Amino acid sequence: MYWPEVRTMGFDPFTELRRLQREMNRLFEGFGEAEGGGPPINVWSGRDQIVVTAEVPGVDPKDLQVNVQNDVFTLEGERKPEEVGENVVVHRAERPFGRFARSIRLPYEVDGHRAVAKYRNGVLTVTLPRSESSKPRQIAVTAE
Amino acid sequence: MSARKEETAVEKKESSGAVELTRDQPVFAPATDIYERDDAVVVVCDMPGVDEKHLEITLEEGVLTILGYADETEPTDHELVYRGYRSGVFRRAFTLGTDVDPEKIRAKLSNGVLRVELAKSEKAQPRKIPVQAE
Repeated sequence: MYWPEVRTMGFDPFTELRRLQREMNRLFEGFGEAEGGGPPINVWSGRDQIVVTAEVPGVDPKDLQVNVQNDVFTLEGERKPEEVGENVVVHRAERPFGRFARSIRLPYEVDGHRAVAKYRNGVLTVTLPRSESSKPRQIAVTAE
Repeated sequence: MSARKEETAVEKKESSGAVELTRDQPVFAPATDIYERDDAVVVVCDMPGVDEKHLEITLEEGVLTILGYADETEPTDHELVYRGYRSGVFRRAFTLGTDVDPEKIRAKLSNGVLRVELAKSEKAQPRKIPVQAE
């Protein structure tokens, strides 16, 4: 946990409260904290890569945006509502729609340039290779 | 906790159907839109991870049953660090209030969304009765 930076200008108690709440959530959930609503995500951590899967049914892959910055993974997109046309009676409307964006902190830094994202049957799978700088290095101990 | 709250709207609902499946996997009720046109009833289900080979749609005595298996392979040699969803079986049954023609059912699966169009039988379709002026 880090100390909140002291802001003298434009202090908004509500923003501060929300930030505090986020920090508390993070404290309880560990690094796997996801912000915002949106599609459910699973994160798998391997030795040399991280695999993130998300359930995003009915989304055109063109409308999906995956961003990686250091160890933060962001998924953005839009689910379009069902086009029902005119003269219809809607009995049920449970499927969520609208814009979504969610970020999640990964266990280590990844190389976004070598990331591969695939979309199949409404499931997005993103493979993120570990960045060279975050790879553990063994240091040989020499006896003098 | 507003973020939490929004998520529950998307969360899969675990189904508590009376009939149990032989597979030991969680069973979910897919989020569904149903709407009715003059000529058809349309059922749209979110079934991420399901392909056409693992999908069964039956219509029996006015009950439409949808059953699908999410064919998702979990990566091996990886540790699950964050779980937002589970894969399993999608199952849901609907009693259709209107008469549908069993010969005219069309089902399409694309991008994990199933769309079933059930054409109404002739007698269930609304008919316009011309009024003659005398």
